[in-house]
Order: sequence, then C-alpha cells, then structure tokens
Amino acid sequence: MIELIQDYWLYFLVGQYPNGPLGGLTLTVLLSAAALLLAMPLGLLLGVARVSPWRAVRWPTAVLVQVVRAVPLLLVVFWAYFFLPAVTGVKTGQATTMLMTLVLFDAVYLAEIVAAGIRALPKGQFEGARSLGLSYAQALRLVILPQALRHVSPSLVSQLVATIKATSLGYIIGLSEVSFIATQVNTLVFTKAVEVYLVLALTYFILCFGLSRLAFLLERRMTARAAPAIKVTA
Amino acid sequence: MIVLDKVNKWYGQYHALADVSERVEKNEVVVVCGPSGSGKSTLIRTLNRLEEIDGGTISIGGRDIHAPGLDVNALRAGIGFVFQHFNLFPHLTSIENCMLAPVNLKRASKAEAKAYALELLDGVGLAHKADAYPHELSGGQQQRVAIARALAMRPPVMLFDEPTSALDPEMVGEVLQVMRKLAGQGMTMVCVTHEMGFAREVADRVWFMSEGRILERATPEDFFTHPAHPRAQQFLADYNSR
Repeated sequence: MIELIQDYWLYFLVGQYPNGPLGGLTLTVLLSAAALLLAMPLGLLLGVARVSPWRAVRWPTAVLVQVVRAVPLLLVVFWAYFFLPAVTGVKTGQATTMLMTLVLFDAVYLAEIVAAGIRALPKGQFEGARSLGLSYAQALRLVILPQALRHVSPSLVSQLVATIKATSLGYIIGLSEVSFIATQVNTLVFTKAVEVYLVLALTYFILCFGLSRLAFLLERRMTARAAPAIKVTA
Repeated sequence: MIVLDKVNKWYGQYHALADVSERVEKNEVVVVCGPSGSGKSTLIRTLNRLEEIDGGTISIGGRDIHAPGLDVNALRAGIGFVFQHFNLFPHLTSIENCMLAPVNLKRASKAEAKAYALELLDGVGLAHKADAYPHELSGGQQQRVAIARALAMRPPVMLFDEPTSALDPEMVGEVLQVMRKLAGQGMTMVCVTHEMGFAREVADRVWFMSEGRILERATPEDFFTHPAHPRAQQFLADYNSR
C-alpha cells in the first residue's frame, strides 16, 4: 500500500500533467467545485421558476425538470459527448462536456428541492410580505427563500455531495478524473485492485464528508438562534 | 376614505360577495361581523387586493384601487393588514419584522426604521421583546408584533382579519387593548372579528354580513339592542346563548 502511494501519488493527484491534460484528484475537485458553483444559482433560478405564478415560466421549467430527471445521467453524458458535436459542429472537450452535463443535471435536482422548500411554507408568509407592499421578487428574496433554503438545506447538501460522486462518470468518455486514473493505476500494477480502489473510495469519502461538514458548520453559523419555526398557529 | 360600490366576487359558482356597497369614513372604526362563510374575510381582503374582485369598484383615499397602471405594492404599503395567523416572519426578530418593509421599500434609513420600530413595539408593550424571534413569543405577543409591523409603513388605514380568532382566550384581551388604543388615536379601522364586546365598545358602526351581503349596517347601540334583520337577530341570539 505504502509502495503504491509512493509510486503513483503524483499521477493520482494531477494525472499526466504537465506532460498531458490536468487530471486526477485535482481535476475531480476542480470539476466538482465548478459544477457546484454554477449549478447552485441555476438551480435556485429554476426552482423559483418552477413555482412561479406565471404559467409561461412554470410550464417550460416543469418540462425541462421532468425530462432531465427521467434520463440516466450516464446517457446524458454520452449524448452530450457524441451527439451534441455532431449536431452543433463544435467539438467540446471531455472536461467541458462533463461540466455542462453536471451543471444541467445538478441544477434540475436542486430546482426540485428549492421548489419543495418554497411550496412547504405557509401561504401566509407570502401574503404577509405582499401585504406590507413588498414586490413578488422582494417577498421571495427577503422572506420566502431565506426560510425555504434553510428548511431544505440537508437535501441541498445531499445533492451537492451526489454531484462530487457523479464526476466519476467522466470515466466513460475518457476524462482523466480520479476514478479514471485509479483504473489506469490498477492496470499498471495489476495485483493490487483492492488497495487501489480502497484509496479511491477513501478519497471520495474525504471530499464528500468534508463538504457535508463544511455545510453543517456554515448552517450552524447562520442559524445561531433563529429556529426554523414553520408553526404558524397559536 | 374607503368606498365600495357594487362589489361582486365569485368563487366558481359560489357568490362570495354580492353587490356590496358601503363607505368607511376617515377616523371611523367599522366592525364586520357575521357567521362563518359569510364573506367577511373575503371582503376585507379585497380592500388591499389580496383578493381580486369580479365586478364593482373600490376606492381608497379617492383612488380606484383597480385603476390601470396603479402600483399595487404602493397601495398595499399604505394599508396595514393584520392576519388571523399573524404571519410574522420566523427568521427575523420582532424588530426586524417591523423594519423589513420600511427599509426595503426605501421609506426610511435603517436607523430611522429601527427607531420607529422600537417606538411601535413600545406602543404595543413589547419593546423588551425587540430582539426575540417569533417562536420565542406567545400568540398574543406575536399578534401585537404583527400589529406593530403593519403600522411601520405609517398607513392611514388598518385592516384586521379576525386578529384574535387564533389566540388562546387569555391572550385576546392584550390584542384588543392595542386595537382599542389605535382606535383612540383616530386610526381608520376595519375589523373582522367575533369579539362582540369590542364591537360594542369601540366600533362606530357595525356591518352584519351573511351570504356575501351586508344585511345590516348600524351603530353598535342599535345593532346589539334591536337588530333589524332576522338573520342578525338569529346571529346575536346564537352568540348570546354560547
């Protein structure tokens, strides 16, 4: 095991870089981070659109959500990589393809979570805000979303963790992220499959557990006292 | 101050408001009473357009509130509304609840809004709860904060939609006390309430509603001693036999 790590740590960490494209754990982390950062605002936007009072906004969003949700991510990755360039004529790299797919997928799932959080709030919260003269957008921003997001934060974190793990699907289009590299190492060493994949599993665990702890600490800091009181009646 | 002319509203086949025509004068306190489902809440909610109407006109302060191009947010900012279930924002403290609208609608600087909010909370006897969150307050206290919040935009009219109906009996008094005080200060008020004692004591006029119509409008004195309409007589008889 020690030997394995001594021999391959750099390869595991950055892939063939600088002699080839950046890969390995670094790519996985960068890809995850970029996907999370792009998907969160998009998911928020789609989530709000999903519960919009305007049909012209709500329906297309519903269609998008239902379609994307009903297709395996693996298939979308395939499509995006092989089919999209054939249609658009633009060849996208593996990393870009994977990023776009992850952002779309993640945003759609986040949107459903955000929408659920908004729907779960008592109608009186919206009415209370509007009765004071706040606009729809202000009511959302100042009253509805702060509560809705807090209530669904465990689900949001689960979804973000799932995104990190989903980067491993880049493997199938030959993206040299950490799972791909681990497989390469396994092929090179040949006799230590258990150790190689144990290290890989541990790596994902550290990333995902780290993120959920970080989210937990952030949340605790934000909600020092304000308890999530959904209860409205006396 | 408020003029309703032949206001009609339908929920599908159900005629929720039928040709309601009435006026509320400046500084007047009107209590709307009547059995459940008679359209009282619907009526009061049409006044700040939480409910839209299907016919007739409503004007407040001389302006038709359904006029094209009218800014509904500006309209609502000028009308205080108090809900049965308070609808305080649970993620904000009492004082933050009272500051939210004035600050975000740019009616006051943060410091001004805070000073006025504190004054209002003091007015409802809750200055010491300024930094408490709604879940740390009793129902009566929450409703008093909600009244302060509604007053924060300095509205010339206050609407109360069954403000004490969700409260435990021992907390009703403290909320009515605040409303009584407001009435004493000359606030124009429309109150939907089942508190007949309050109506008798504070109201200038009582509207009795049934099946979407105002069947009787009278001074509290007349209404409680000799109601004219048979439905009103029945309603008061039921109320007194409770």
